[in-house]
Amino acid sequence: MYHKRGIWAIKAKHGGVFPRHEPKEAPPKPAEKPPKYYPADDVRHPIPNHRKHKPTKLRASITPGTVLILLAGRFMGKRVVFLKQLPSGLLLVTGPFKINGVPLRRVNQAYVIATSTKVDISAVSAEKFDDKYFTKEKKKKKNKGESEFFETEKEETKALPQEKKDDQKAVDTPLIKAIEAVSDLKAYLGARFSLRAGMKPHELVF
Amino acid sequence: MVKGRQGERVRLYVRGTILGYKRSKSNQYENTSLIQIEGVNTKEEVAWYCGKRMAYIYKAKIKSDGTRYRCIWGKVTRSHGNSGVVRAKFKSNLPPKSMV
Repeated sequence: MYHKRGIWAIKAKHGGVFPRHEPKEAPPKPAEKPPKYYPADDVRHPIPNHRKHKPTKLRASITPGTVLILLAGRFMGKRVVFLKQLPSGLLLVTGPFKINGVPLRRVNQAYVIATSTKVDISAVSAEKFDDKYFTKEKKKKKNKGESEFFETEKEETKALPQEKKDDQKAVDTPLIKAIEAVSDLKAYLGARFSLRAGMKPHELVF
Repeated sequence: MVKGRQGERVRLYVRGTILGYKRSKSNQYENTSLIQIEGVNTKEEVAWYCGKRMAYIYKAKIKSDGTRYRCIWGKVTRSHGNSGVVRAKFKSNLPPKSMV
């Protein structure tokens, strides 16, 4: 094994001594004070987990501007335009709202079929959207007084803030222009996908 | 299945028939069921369906969770034979009354 690894040749090259470099100078550790308190039993500390998740790998068929078919949820069957992947891994998607009623929304890649239809999305800027934009606002806990306890809690219907409506319009207007440039695309996005009699999903090409 | 708007029924699932349990002539193994998926007729076509989820939906008299419909979830595990029949495992075994 010694001969096979060629150690003899390296030694011969360096005058009979195997080369080694001096260990790097470790930065001087600050002087540690002895702890004031030692616990009676040995305490077991869990090893800290510093692993960070990467965002889900995006399927090759999903690129910005792809038309996706939503498979589950309130908008199942709707054809929708993909904007970008958010840092959490979810896909940012919009109807556009005027065409099929789907607002700016997050969607999981697993519940989506990617079609080969693409929309020109260069005029749309989706930079300002991230996961924090979509989190629900925390309800403030109201301390119930005696009298309020017997009244039914009045549900505050939350109207969509105007800012979100403006964001929707800002994203949709250039998108709708690009969609109307292609013939039939607007009607395509407005219609829902459904399986009919005789349709076999394993033979369909999306 | 109540949706936000009324009237549009969208079918995104494929129907299937429950044929029975995995079995030999005189022994049956109820943890695996045999399903015939509509439109699938060869074992090559089954590859697309492997791993896909299935739901057996049935009605009951008592409302639970606001609906009379109940469901047993499962998934396609593998093909069975040459003609497109599929083996599936459900969260709990399918009841015998599901087999026509």
